[in-house]
Amino acid sequence: MSDPGASGAGLERAAASAVGDLSHVDDSSQKQGKPRSLWSDAWGELRRKPTFIISLVIIFIVVVMAAFPSLFTSVDPRAANLDNYLKTPSADAWFGYDVQGYDVYARAIYGARASLLVGLFSTLLTVLIGSVVGIFASYAKSWVDSLLSRFGDIFAGVPFVLGAIVILTTFNSPTENPSAVRIITQVVLSIAVLSWPVSMRIMRSATLVAKQQDYVKAARGLGASPLRIVFRHLLPNTVAPVLVYATIALGAFIGAEATLAFLGIGLRPPVVSWGVMISESRDYFQAAPHMLLFPAGFVTITVLAFVILGDAVRDALDPKSR
Amino acid sequence: MGRYVLRRLLQLIPVFIGTTFIIYALVWAIPQDPFAGKCGQRPCPEAYISAMSDKFNFDDPLPLQYLKYMGNVITGDFGDTFSGISVGEQISTAYPTTVKLAIVALLIEALIGITAGVLTGLRKQGFLDNLVLVSTLFLISLPVFVTGFVLRLYLGPQGLDLFDVGVDATDPTFAQLILPGFVLGSTSMAYVARLTRSSIAENRHADYVRTAIAKGQPTRRVVGVHLLRNSLIPVITFLGTDLGSLMGGAIVTEGVFNINGIGGLIFRGIQEKEGITVTGVVTMLVLVYLLMSLIVDLLYAVLDPRIRYE
Repeated sequence: MSDPGASGAGLERAAASAVGDLSHVDDSSQKQGKPRSLWSDAWGELRRKPTFIISLVIIFIVVVMAAFPSLFTSVDPRAANLDNYLKTPSADAWFGYDVQGYDVYARAIYGARASLLVGLFSTLLTVLIGSVVGIFASYAKSWVDSLLSRFGDIFAGVPFVLGAIVILTTFNSPTENPSAVRIITQVVLSIAVLSWPVSMRIMRSATLVAKQQDYVKAARGLGASPLRIVFRHLLPNTVAPVLVYATIALGAFIGAEATLAFLGIGLRPPVVSWGVMISESRDYFQAAPHMLLFPAGFVTITVLAFVILGDAVRDALDPKSR
Repeated sequence: MGRYVLRRLLQLIPVFIGTTFIIYALVWAIPQDPFAGKCGQRPCPEAYISAMSDKFNFDDPLPLQYLKYMGNVITGDFGDTFSGISVGEQISTAYPTTVKLAIVALLIEALIGITAGVLTGLRKQGFLDNLVLVSTLFLISLPVFVTGFVLRLYLGPQGLDLFDVGVDATDPTFAQLILPGFVLGSTSMAYVARLTRSSIAENRHADYVRTAIAKGQPTRRVVGVHLLRNSLIPVITFLGTDLGSLMGGAIVTEGVFNINGIGGLIFRGIQEKEGITVTGVVTMLVLVYLLMSLIVDLLYAVLDPRIRYE
């Protein structure tokens, strides 16, 4: 292990676990034979976790669903037949039909793409902006730090739903019918613009604590450059809380997509998404609960998979939790 | 500490100006014609346009418009809508309801969330842990309006009739707000539980906890004083900043339960293009949010002696 900070942490960990858990002592003696990095260590642990495998399989299925919906259904999600008005689930249509006579199963399959895209891009953008600004702020001079923190406060000060309503109605008047790409981009951008300060704060406070640790001081004393300290010493120790936030946020953002659709300002027909389906069901769900339950179930299972995945990754990355 | 508070208060001013200016610009400057659709199918009469332009300072450049507006707000004058209704009056009738709702939601989420988080953080991998994990996942993944509709249907008068959901228009009681408050706080409750759980689980093996146990402190004291105080710091941050987002997010819950709060006010304001209502309400919300984040920052120093403000 060429990295003084990491091996120091490894020793400390071995010492700590020797007190409580004997099985870890074997682990650390193995490690000395074949040095491994924190991430390959984590990967070794993850491979053995059933929850990790299950969540990966679910995510894989949802991604395939989003990429090639025709593999799962041959029904056109936009083929409306009013004869099928609110028909309950049957052998013909597993999830029944909605108020327009659309096949709910086909729409739930085709809806994966838009919902997943919104969740994924908003999370990526939010975490990326937040982490970069957060690390930079905690590492910069104090006036830059407070300037960036206040700049984040400006966006965090706008309540989420409210801010999204103002942004989306400003750029699309309610009578307009914007194209699918445009509305998806707008929803992603509004979510990211309003959410990045949260991940910035998490990253900043995690870095502030990690910066004071001895291994960072040691690395600095050995002459490591700021970039090396950030990537080799700080990031592995601060990425866990951001990762936990990101997985939860991905769920929240898929939910936010649904909320905005529900308020009539997010994605809207003809785009097919789980949010659009849930919002279409709102006036009928006493009479036809299947219209609500199936898309809501898809949302729940997808989010579940992401959160379980994040949990497993966090446990594997965080030496303290072992 | 005194100097820190003063500096922090001074820092609030640019943030307040920045946020309110962004909203002001979004509401007034980006839509090209503030009179579009105001007078039905025909264009507005000249006299109306000039009177309203005068009233809302449309002829001034945007920063000047904003300054004039803020100057009035500071003296407590939120202005009148196009139709002449006082925005200050609108806010003073709607605001207390939403504040009440948000506080009920915050109390419920803190109580249930922290309890669940502490119990599961101390005892990972048990039945309770899995139960809490699954139910928090469920709450996170369900959009608030789904939770709202389902709970209203099954726990309200049409279902089990456990809760009174006929909320008084002007002055709802706390009992009437329990169900809406639960719905409003449900997502955050899951976050609080998970944050507390991961934080407790992380600190449980810390040196100071081992020391406390080793010197013979009773478990109750180790958990309640040593562990909780250090683990609740991220949770307090979350709860503090959450009050602002709860008030803003109340718009959906208020819609589901027909509560007359600021959510409805904003929604009507946007649909009827009464920009001045929107900016007025948002200004108040931003103020609440900023003061809460200040309080959270000050609590940091009290809770975590490692953090020093000089």
